[in-house]
Amino acid sequence: MMATPEDIKEWIEQNLGESEVEISGDGRHFDAVIVCAGFAGKTRIQQHQMVYAALGDRMKDDIHALSMRTMTPEDRTAETTVDQ
Amino acid sequence: MEIQERIRKVIDENSVMLFMKGSPDFPQCGFSGRVVQILEACDAKFGSADVLMDPELREGIKAYSNWPTIPQLYIQGELIGGSDIVMEMHENGELKKKIDALDG
Repeated sequence: MMATPEDIKEWIEQNLGESEVEISGDGRHFDAVIVCAGFAGKTRIQQHQMVYAALGDRMKDDIHALSMRTMTPEDRTAETTVDQ
Repeated sequence: MEIQERIRKVIDENSVMLFMKGSPDFPQCGFSGRVVQILEACDAKFGSADVLMDPELREGIKAYSNWPTIPQLYIQGELIGGSDIVMEMHENGELKKKIDALDG
């Protein structure tokens, strides 16, 4: 099955808990930005592992490659401020 | 030797170890190729293993760190990340610092 960006967004949001997910991609390669309060205090490795765990077997079967940036809501606020 | 033990051994023996698709000279995947380029830019001496040549390793390395994608970079036994994290750490200089610290 080819996954759509909407599928991936739904899978992550359902299993990760409260989060905001933006996905773009072409059915094989996807780019994701994931904002989740649950990432606070975790290393990047742990944050990515949480997303992989949320996707479970989908990662093996339906998704060839997923690039991601993970951040907490606070990280995102800081980033927006720098951009301005 | 069991696969998990084999993986631990090769990670122990190489302070910088990359599990990738293809070889450093002929990467078979853009993400693996990118990590090789970054390691070379950091003047890192690194070991590598081609998971495409070894189906048991390809599955085993995913279970080893609960990390379902390849490439995977290990420094001194610790999973550093896949290509996203490696690239981020290259851009902010963290990776070079880690690698330079090994030579001392």
